[in-house]
Amino acid sequence: MSSTFAIEAHDLRKRYGNSLALAGVDLSVPTGSVCGLLGPNGAGKTTAVRILTTLTKLDGGRAKVAGFDVAASPLEVRRRIGLAAQDATVDGLLTGLENLIMIGELHHLGRATARRRGEELLEQFSLADAGTKLAKEYSGGMRRRLDLAATLVAGPEVLFLDEPTTGLDPRGRNELWAVLDTLVDEGTTVLLTTQYLEEAERLADEIVVIDHGRVIARGDARHLKRQVGGDQLLIVPANPDDLSRVAAIVERVVGVRATIDLPTRRVMAPAASGAAAIASVATELVTAGIDVEDLGLHQPTLDDVFLTLTGTPAANDTPVAETTASVPEAEEVLR
Amino acid sequence: MTTETVPSASTPVTSTSPRTTATKSPELSPPGERRGSALGDMWVVARRGLLHMRREPEVLADATIQPVMFVLLFAYVFGGAISVPGGGSYREFLIGGIFAQTIVFGGTFGVAMAIAADRTNGAMDRFRSLPMAGSAVLGGHALANLLKALLPMAFMSVCGLIVGWRIHTDVLHAAAAYGLLVLFAFAMIWIGVLLGSSLATPQAVQGVAFVAIFPLTFVASTFVPTSTLPGVLKTFAEWNPVSSLSGSLRTLFGNPGAKAPAGAPWSLQHPVLYTVIASAVIIAVAAPIAIRQFQRSIAD
Repeated sequence: MSSTFAIEAHDLRKRYGNSLALAGVDLSVPTGSVCGLLGPNGAGKTTAVRILTTLTKLDGGRAKVAGFDVAASPLEVRRRIGLAAQDATVDGLLTGLENLIMIGELHHLGRATARRRGEELLEQFSLADAGTKLAKEYSGGMRRRLDLAATLVAGPEVLFLDEPTTGLDPRGRNELWAVLDTLVDEGTTVLLTTQYLEEAERLADEIVVIDHGRVIARGDARHLKRQVGGDQLLIVPANPDDLSRVAAIVERVVGVRATIDLPTRRVMAPAASGAAAIASVATELVTAGIDVEDLGLHQPTLDDVFLTLTGTPAANDTPVAETTASVPEAEEVLR
Repeated sequence: MTTETVPSASTPVTSTSPRTTATKSPELSPPGERRGSALGDMWVVARRGLLHMRREPEVLADATIQPVMFVLLFAYVFGGAISVPGGGSYREFLIGGIFAQTIVFGGTFGVAMAIAADRTNGAMDRFRSLPMAGSAVLGGHALANLLKALLPMAFMSVCGLIVGWRIHTDVLHAAAAYGLLVLFAFAMIWIGVLLGSSLATPQAVQGVAFVAIFPLTFVASTFVPTSTLPGVLKTFAEWNPVSSLSGSLRTLFGNPGAKAPAGAPWSLQHPVLYTVIASAVIIAVAAPIAIRQFQRSIAD
């Protein structure tokens, strides 16, 4: 593929009845890169994926995937993409191998090639032994792997994964991440949606944060986290009476403002210096004779990013929201 | 909202085996050069439908156990109280009716359930994201269920022979009877597609199909001669294609009760012709509506 961008979307708009699912989304995903679409439920992630995979018609804007316009040449787009929908849509009444062969045949690879591809992929996804079992007997993780294998049968140029790790246990998730690494190494372009900043950070070259059908930020994970204020130092004293003493120690040692959160009995503070801050705070706490239940770094979550970017009033257990930026400031990240 | 929300990305990925094998296959032909046909795609979907039936034999109950149950019920329980106009064995009269009933049930029910299931479990989206012919999903379901309708035809024939039903005509007439069943099954499939595309879930299909189809097969000459029915029901039964199909089969197989009573309407005087016309009308009217409804049900 000669084009620099595997996905180019301009001003995507979609309305369902009275609700605006997408209110003008722009996306450009360079060929061979991974784009993470990050947002809460109902943000418009799935709608965007459905439009780019030709399942849903656009109300406005235009999009090209693998060099073809999704509205004008849906068939050409479908030949070059793989889609793993939110619920693994493997066919429970077919065996793993039959599922893959069927997809391959519908990609017009021919039955023999489809079978060979199916066997290869079962092997790669550690499903070779389960290949002749009905997919309904698979575990959640196995279904996900089979679903992902199905998207790869015809060697797609662009892969769409809608919340690929939802419902997976940590092991299954790590396995899936590793498979994605391999794919990306081979040059496949991936667009994935997720609700977890950690996942987007682990997998994506660029993260696009969307909310209410709009892009509210984009950039790499470091960029987004810096906006939120980076890691937070978190200390839970064994005795709640020590909370103010702990806060004082933190402020003295690290030199930043510490926040006390009474309901969760913890002290939080921006931890720009990371491990060094933990070490010196720990030493001081021991010296002061304060018993600590938990002490560590708290990474910003999607919640934190959202609170910061959208300016939604913070819940009382999210001290980071004190640094909330106004929405116009957040929009600047787009440029 | 602390450390336990999502297992951290920094967790060492020790449990994963490095995958050195390429997930892409170099010998795949370029996407632009792959050519398929609508018929080929349709057959792939039909084969899937047939596999589903084999793996979930309970969905075949309407085509296997149900007709046998009706044969036994009417031949041995109610049959004694029903007399065939013009005389003859009630059991021989009965089989033509149960053939017709089985085709109506089998034709509508199976395809409606299959389409409703695919619409609710994400399979439609999977198909639509593939470069297959747009008509192949519907066509494949229709084909699989038409083939499925052949099963009870064989099943019912054997069952009939056991209880004393015979073909008294020749091969040509018998072949015409089976051909008529296939034609009628094809017409019923479009009603099934319409049901499966209109109702939200397989459960709804089951409920509505039962309520809508059951009376259609009973207010007819399926089990009793129409002459015994009162007023409006009698008129309905006389023009009900299920009656003309039952009558056609009795005529073509040479079974008792085939001859329409004096004063019976045209539909019963010429059952074969009327059945062919009725099938053609059902197909002409229901198929376009069903196809449109199906396309609407899977869009967006």
